[in-house]
Amino acid sequence: MLKISLDKLDKLFEAIAASQTLYIPADREDGAAEYRKYESGMKLSNKLNTLRSAKDFFFPQTENLVDFKMEGKNIDVIDVREESEDFVIFGVRACDARSFTILDKVFLAEPVDSYYKNRRDHSTVVTMACTRPAETCFCGTFGIDASAPEGDAACFSDGENLFFEAHNEKGQKFIDSISSLLEEGNTSKLDDVREKTRDILKKLPLANLSTDNFGGDKLNEYFNSDKWGELSESCLGCGTCTFVCPTCQCYDIKDFNTGHGIKRFRCWDSCMYSDFTKMAHGNPRLTQLERFRQRFMHKLVYFPANNNGEFGCVGCGRCLSKCPISMNIVKVMKALEVK
Amino acid sequence: MNNDTLIPYIGVVTDIRQDTPDVKTFRVVSPEGGKVFEHMPGQCAMLSIPGVGEAMFSITSSPTNTKFMEFSIKKCGCLTTWLHAMDVGQQITIRGPYGNAFPVETELKGKDLLFIAGGIGLAPLRSVINYVRDKRANYGDVQVIYGSRSKDDLVDYKEIIDEWMTDDGIKVDLTIDNPQEGWDGHVGFVPNYVKELNPSINKTVLICGPPIMIKFTLAGLKELGFKETQVYTTMELRMKCGVGKCGRCNIGNKYVCKDGPVFRFDQLGELPDEY
Amino acid sequence: MQEAMINKAKQLLADGTVNRVIGWKRGEFAYDITPAVFESAEELDSEFVYDDFTSANVSKYLVKECKKEGRILAFLKPCDTYSFNQLIKEHRVVRENVYIVGIPGGPKLDAEKIKAKGITGILGVKNENYTLKIDTVYGEETMPFYEAILDKCASCKSKKHVVYDELIGEDGDVLDSNRFDMVEKLENMSAQERYDFWREQLSKCIRCNACRNVCPACTCEKCVFDNPNSGVENKAPADSFEENMFHIIRAFHVAGRCTDCGECSRVCPQNIPLHLLNRKFIKDINSLYGEYQAGEDTTSRAPLNDYNKDDCEASIVHERGVE
Repeated sequence: MLKISLDKLDKLFEAIAASQTLYIPADREDGAAEYRKYESGMKLSNKLNTLRSAKDFFFPQTENLVDFKMEGKNIDVIDVREESEDFVIFGVRACDARSFTILDKVFLAEPVDSYYKNRRDHSTVVTMACTRPAETCFCGTFGIDASAPEGDAACFSDGENLFFEAHNEKGQKFIDSISSLLEEGNTSKLDDVREKTRDILKKLPLANLSTDNFGGDKLNEYFNSDKWGELSESCLGCGTCTFVCPTCQCYDIKDFNTGHGIKRFRCWDSCMYSDFTKMAHGNPRLTQLERFRQRFMHKLVYFPANNNGEFGCVGCGRCLSKCPISMNIVKVMKALEVK
Repeated sequence: MNNDTLIPYIGVVTDIRQDTPDVKTFRVVSPEGGKVFEHMPGQCAMLSIPGVGEAMFSITSSPTNTKFMEFSIKKCGCLTTWLHAMDVGQQITIRGPYGNAFPVETELKGKDLLFIAGGIGLAPLRSVINYVRDKRANYGDVQVIYGSRSKDDLVDYKEIIDEWMTDDGIKVDLTIDNPQEGWDGHVGFVPNYVKELNPSINKTVLICGPPIMIKFTLAGLKELGFKETQVYTTMELRMKCGVGKCGRCNIGNKYVCKDGPVFRFDQLGELPDEY
Repeated sequence: MQEAMINKAKQLLADGTVNRVIGWKRGEFAYDITPAVFESAEELDSEFVYDDFTSANVSKYLVKECKKEGRILAFLKPCDTYSFNQLIKEHRVVRENVYIVGIPGGPKLDAEKIKAKGITGILGVKNENYTLKIDTVYGEETMPFYEAILDKCASCKSKKHVVYDELIGEDGDVLDSNRFDMVEKLENMSAQERYDFWREQLSKCIRCNACRNVCPACTCEKCVFDNPNSGVENKAPADSFEENMFHIIRAFHVAGRCTDCGECSRVCPQNIPLHLLNRKFIKDINSLYGEYQAGEDTTSRAPLNDYNKDDCEASIVHERGVE
């Protein structure tokens, strides 16, 4: 397998960044990791994952859709879309990599969302296998192997070297572009590391969490469960879970008057918010119970019903560590489960 | 880059009719003339005034109308208030068509049809009624039962009187909630009127109106012997994208904007009660 | 403590003083505690928890809970009692419908601080003489207790309960806290440095509204930022100006009412030190209108709702802003 020594990472990043924009997980001043545009000297974070998910690359928190110029009774529609530049996202974890597949099912379904597709087409996703999963990890529940991430290309660390593997043409092109820095290496130590990681994954507290009793066929059974009241009782109705979630993709479309025209932008929205379904003449989800139920029903029942059984969760654990009241999909699954 | 459905077309408002005290009907054409796009009866479009808002409205004109589209809109929120205040010649943005349609070319073909509407609920059915009138040979008996609070609140009253009532091909029964001077027609709520009229249970029903009216009418229809598989309705929930992606107009796993707005009651019955 | 609380709760449920209890419920791990309402002895026995991670301030839940049938038992830490008292003052809670048992407070632990040390795969956390013994899937780790406490506890202002029906344990004192240190540091920065500091912090905001929704002072029935007719209802900031304004406006709105409970910063998923904005207002109010602690009592006039002849002139406030 082709590899590069970890102490030559700087050279690798320089080489990638010389031809394309490169994003890597880097540590912020407060210690949390976030994807940053690579600049010379920037160090790869050794945190398990970034605080915000990688969905931002394809589905940013806010983006301009179209501009309007209003003059008298006339409206001018200005298409503001531009072809995205090519970019590489390096160090994406297995969970986030899978989230792209899930987002694809929404945004690339007809009619294709050109904003999303544009960025997706111009990206190369280079994943990195996990070696130190956390207690909040449960990607295995969704059939994801943290030691063998998807993506266009994947890399694996054995503590001394980084090994590369291409998964498709795009990934091969990426590896070819850095091949002058790579050399053939022995993977025996890597095999040990991966074996150890798999052992750890089996020992994680949520290793036995199963989706067997969830899916599209449980629609009314779970919708009418009497557990929702108790589960949603202390929910603050904030949007933290939805905004840190790599698969939550609900959005709002709003207009902003700049004084020189109207910008129509799209921004993240949350089904947890009270106005999400509010209309001039009423609201079908009046209390937090209905809004809370929507989020989990969507991930565990509605999404699989519409997408051949695929769940709307990748087990990244961000909601587990970020929910202000520590209520999350794991607790919901355990409370709800009807065997 | 390919067209994106979120980027709207321009529509020009060429005619505005005051239908009722709070409903106006707007005629929309493309700046070059003609329709902005084709649609089927029951489908919707996103209309917007940039900076004010964007919302989904049923296209109330029939696809057989080759010259323009029409929208009957009730004044109830920010955008609709703005639309009601505008003058002829105003441009708006329009995108669509969105959603499924009443199955006029499949399941409804050859059937006896009963349209039941309440208030502004006539708007989405008007598209189907005029489509059926224009392709009259394809359908059996056609009956319209329409009610509103008062005579003044009957949407498209002029068209009903001048065109529908004079059309031998359809039977129209009107009702208003309370007696009113100058009204010698039926007085009473739609659900009761439907029961009084006792329509043949062979008919396929298309119903639209306030939720409470739909609820009682459906119950009445069932008493008369109608089955849920014979009754269609059209739904409305808050929408943003119109294409099943923004995530808010779902009833269970069905998106009203994409899988609806037209549902048969037996299909609706399988979904959670959250609308 | 947990056992004493459970016994107290069971006793008050049994003798009919209360019909339910608000407290904290055990999670999947050592630290993921959820505020919860308990209605039976069995629920209390199996799920009630009070430990180093039960930091959530349950006062705000009482706004809703006190409107339900019967009286509810609330276990309040000293800092929580200030929040509750302030809610009494603002007529947001019905005092008679809440039976308050004051309990000793923190310092409480911050799981994020443990994780920041690179400790992961946490299975259990034990406090042994102020050394944390952390059991992980990677083996046992240790760290000093005080390095893992919540920021809000590190600058604790009071161990005294300002409202209660009874106490478990002895009451403490108001503390001489260091809570304004960072505010002073910010005040001593140049305007540009201070601007840079806040831009960096506030640009992290994802507008999740967790700070607002957890805040015991934010109890408006309908927040202006959620009202489509307000003109400021935005789910994402359209520009950096709005990004700044959301938090600054919120700080203004709770000025004089914020008890400095620190929940805003505790829940922020982006680690923005939002409490510093509130503390700046508290410090200013102290210096302009005299020492005032929101929530300390239920009767005194709040400085920004009161006028007296000794109040500083508006010009003084104005000139302070000029550098």
